[in-house]
Amino acid sequence: MDWTALTLSLELSAWTVAILLPVSVLAGRWLAYGRFRGKGAVEALVMLPLVLPPTVFGFYLLVAFGRNSPVGAFWQETFGHQLVFTFEGLVVASVIFNLPFAIQPAQRGFEAIAVELREAAATCGMSPLRSLWKVELPLAWPGLMTAMVLTFAHTLGEFGIVLMVGGSIPGETKTIAIAIYDRVQGFDMRGAGMMSAALVAISFSAIAITYALSARIGRRLA
Amino acid sequence: MTLEVALRAEAPIPLDVAFAVAPGELLALVGHSGSGKTTILRSIAGLWRPTTARVAVDGETWLDTGSGIALPTHRRHVGVVFQNYALFPHMTAAQNVLAAMDRPDPAEAARLLDLVNLHGLSDRKPAQLSGGQQQRVALARALARKPSALLLDEPFSAVDRATRERLHAEILALRGHLKMPVVLVTHDMNEAQLLADRMLVIEKGRVVREGTTAAVMADPDALRAMGIREVAALLPATVEGAEEDGLTRLTTAAGPLYLPGIDSPPGTRVRVRIMAHEVILSRCRPEGLSAQNILPCTVSAIRAGEGPGVMVHLAVGDDEILARITRRAAGQLDLRPGDAAHAVLKSMSVARDHIAGATHD
Repeated sequence: MDWTALTLSLELSAWTVAILLPVSVLAGRWLAYGRFRGKGAVEALVMLPLVLPPTVFGFYLLVAFGRNSPVGAFWQETFGHQLVFTFEGLVVASVIFNLPFAIQPAQRGFEAIAVELREAAATCGMSPLRSLWKVELPLAWPGLMTAMVLTFAHTLGEFGIVLMVGGSIPGETKTIAIAIYDRVQGFDMRGAGMMSAALVAISFSAIAITYALSARIGRRLA
Repeated sequence: MTLEVALRAEAPIPLDVAFAVAPGELLALVGHSGSGKTTILRSIAGLWRPTTARVAVDGETWLDTGSGIALPTHRRHVGVVFQNYALFPHMTAAQNVLAAMDRPDPAEAARLLDLVNLHGLSDRKPAQLSGGQQQRVALARALARKPSALLLDEPFSAVDRATRERLHAEILALRGHLKMPVVLVTHDMNEAQLLADRMLVIEKGRVVREGTTAAVMADPDALRAMGIREVAALLPATVEGAEEDGLTRLTTAAGPLYLPGIDSPPGTRVRVRIMAHEVILSRCRPEGLSAQNILPCTVSAIRAGEGPGVMVHLAVGDDEILARITRRAAGQLDLRPGDAAHAVLKSMSVARDHIAGATHD
């Protein structure tokens, strides 16, 4: 069992969720309520990582993060080291790659809130921020919860993108999925099996907890 | 605390109205669906912005496109009861009411829930309440805002008829507590007539008739605009008591009136809506007639409309009832203003929902 790789994967998932939670609230709400030209294009763009092969997506990110790109150069200048083959690089790639998993369910969550409820909140004297906190978030919660669990579980198991952008540096970019692959390459089927089972257990619990929580919320609302 | 409204817009629907509502006055906006009445209400609340508009309450300007003032909805002290109530489903009745207060005050919330007869249900979620109960919570929540104007958007359309009758009576009983201007949007003329002091008939975004409920309901042109043939008058009456055979005895300016059973206790003042086409006129007091109500009255005016009918206005004390009869019948009776006559009314011709409970005055 490669504990370093497992810890690294959990850290990567946690960072991705932490960054994507506010992003999914803002973007999901914007896409749910907004009526603007090019909304379809924005939605398609958000969904793109879902259909692209991770290696293709990873390749573009690798190019985009490289020292010769504006993003890579900016990162090098600001933080003194390059973005590719680092944990930070993995987090950035993971955040981008998980946009559809985070934003889509959040958007559906906000869309499920009737327009009159938001209008009622305004007529009750609630500012947009207070309405978000008191009315919208409690009602969109199941969608946001789904978004975060999907993101967490999905990041935990991501392989292609991590390999492309991060390489396989132990303690820095070698996540559990990469570690499993390495074990199989080294004919350590027992080690690979244990880590795979651990991944299955963690992912299953995450999803089971979400379902239990959303069922409880569903009962609370009913 | 007068509410002044002037709105003009071209799209999405043409709109051109101007009116004012006095404190404590209940103004009904009536019209077909799509006539623009709900849009007017939404403009007052700030949920929609017309091209050119001015909305002011009590000297405070909420919206003035001329000088660029546009208070967002949450900064307007407006109470709104939505058609489907729009209660917050994750909050209890009490929490819904508290949510509308700038400074949450549980004692005040309890008082408001008592006021709308929801005592003991404050911990229920909206899903655990009946339609009528949800409507009461919505009203309590609107009042919790301490609104400078109270707006009711078809508030009784989603409940069954029996509940609607009860809610009508409750609103009338509440009128004493409503010191602010109240605007009621409804497509139900009966409801408007029972509840409102004044009416605006809205058609294609314009006011086609404006006046007291009695005046509008007596105006065949206004009613034709509404697609309504049934002109009716409102006769104030006081419940006296139940008769043995199930009829209820009431007193009016013209004497006793017998109507099908009314639940209200003796002494309750009601408004009875008498349909003009149900009233039969007789010169002398008829005898040997099955109709239970024969009201002596004086002809005050006769107005010819289009076609073979005329509308006879009958003075009954200070009140008025209307009889829609044929021009031929008016000629045969040789009716003229000032003549004495008898209005004959079948008990069964007054529907239960044409009687509204406790009046506010």
